Amino acid sequence: MTQYILRRFLQMIPITFGILTLVFSLIHMIPGDPAVQIAGEGARAEDVIAVRKALGLDQPLWTQYVHYVTHVLRGDLGTSFQTNTSVSEQIRQRYPATIELAMGSMLVALLVAFPLGVISAIYRNSWIDNVARFFALIGVSMPSFLFGPLLIIIFAIDRHWFPVSGRDDGLRSLVLPSLTMGLALSAILTRMIRISLADELTQLYVTTAVAKGVTRGRAIFRHALKNALIPVITVLALQFGSLLTGAIITEQIFSWPGLGRLLLTSISTRDYPQVQASILVIALTYILLNFASDLLYGVVDPRIKLE
Amino acid sequence: MTRLLKNFAFTTGLLLTVALVIVAIAAPLLSPFDPDAQDTARRLEAPSHGHLLGLDDLGRDVLSRIIWGARVSLRVGFSVVILASIIGITLGSMAGYFGGWMDTVIMRITDILLAFPGILLAIAMVAVLGPSLNNVVLALVVIGWVGYARLVRGQVLKVREMEYVIAAKAMGARSPRVILRHVLPNVMNPMIVMATLGLAGTILSEAALSFLGLGVQPPTPSWGAMLTSGRRYLGIANHLSIWPGIAIMLAVMGLNFLGDGLIDALDPKYRKDF
Repeated sequence: MTQYILRRFLQMIPITFGILTLVFSLIHMIPGDPAVQIAGEGARAEDVIAVRKALGLDQPLWTQYVHYVTHVLRGDLGTSFQTNTSVSEQIRQRYPATIELAMGSMLVALLVAFPLGVISAIYRNSWIDNVARFFALIGVSMPSFLFGPLLIIIFAIDRHWFPVSGRDDGLRSLVLPSLTMGLALSAILTRMIRISLADELTQLYVTTAVAKGVTRGRAIFRHALKNALIPVITVLALQFGSLLTGAIITEQIFSWPGLGRLLLTSISTRDYPQVQASILVIALTYILLNFASDLLYGVVDPRIKLE
Repeated sequence: MTRLLKNFAFTTGLLLTVALVIVAIAAPLLSPFDPDAQDTARRLEAPSHGHLLGLDDLGRDVLSRIIWGARVSLRVGFSVVILASIIGITLGSMAGYFGGWMDTVIMRITDILLAFPGILLAIAMVAVLGPSLNNVVLALVVIGWVGYARLVRGQVLKVREMEYVIAAKAMGARSPRVILRHVLPNVMNPMIVMATLGLAGTILSEAALSFLGLGVQPPTPSWGAMLTSGRRYLGIANHLSIWPGIAIMLAVMGLNFLGDGLIDALDPKYRKDF
């Protein structure tokens, strides 16, 4: 197992550096002179020079890169143009809100997908299976920027059950954004659980268990479901990563004060250090989650380690 | 073909996609009003006989803007799919066919791009390049070519060792000819499926970027941008948020159905490739 973890970890290093390089090069992709663009078109020459110096843009590219990487490795992600404070501080404040939203969505997805997936696998091709499949289809096709506003109209504006936006109302604030983001995931999970469990139910060990006198319910829940959940668990870890990027849109719909909204605000104010840092943190979290998902796969399915 | 048309998903997908393409092409004929014509006295008016889907915050006809918005979505979609597939096919077949350092370099680049969440990279690029239709296309091509490259490389690796390819090489055919005449025709089917599903993904990404204010800029009618302005009037003029959203959903659903139906029709074992 140690060897497997080590191998996966070593594979992660060049990818992390690749991402650092990509994020570093963002500022050099600004058309024209980045310093002029950041200082503003009508800025005075000395302001442009000050910006250039503050960002280290007057240094050779290689020096800038080494400077950037060493600072990031030390946890220093730069200083915001807008607030003149460390961008890490802003991220530290916003990060929990995004994680909270991702966890809420995951919970919604599990609560919906688990019973629906299991029932439709057991009663394959019945009406309940068809309903579940139809739901999965709608869930996958409905974009969050349609589903979110629909939820707001029905449950926040018409019925006042939940707040329209923000995060000031505790758990009540979390419900609608979580439902919005959880829908697509629950659709994917329902489909996965259905396929995976239906597949296990045809296996001989299930027939053997039933033939030996085990009740059907016990054969399903104690034997088949355990194996059926192996691929589902790893998909869950992977999907948690995509929830982070999905959050960018959901946070915008509900004015949820997370990382995604921080990123968009800093884009509109051209606060590039904040933009870079937010992107880097989201991307690194995503890679770490993928790494965790791979490890989890190795733990739940020992065959993977041998590949 | 008859078997294909009996496939519910494929038929629905085909109908929705054909409808989308017709709406986009015939926008000037189908659109009841000029999409940019403003009637500020009637702003935010609810759907009525005169304006079937109502009026927006500047008094423009929502139906006409949705019809013209189909053009923007498809223009971005097709541009991205065509450019991304050309780049992906070229680099993927080079990586697979020549192997060695070329394969290593191209594949490591795809590793990094795949490790980076796609929409985040697109947001990052548009953020620095500035919001515009062309930059949206560029950003989506940068993240889009990777899938084609991987698919083609995998197929080329398989085909490369086939006897007819070895025979062509033995007869003196040069590499570009072998790739173009013997290798690529064998990877066309999965490519068509990938392009169809890619079109759906691109339309969704364009809508997402425009929704976030990073895509198509006003007054060009774009479904995503229409949703952004609609968000400000939730509870006052819900039709502004609902109809463009439904348009996106139908377009994406149609293309996904079509792609899914194509997988079953061409070869169900492709399913593992997507």
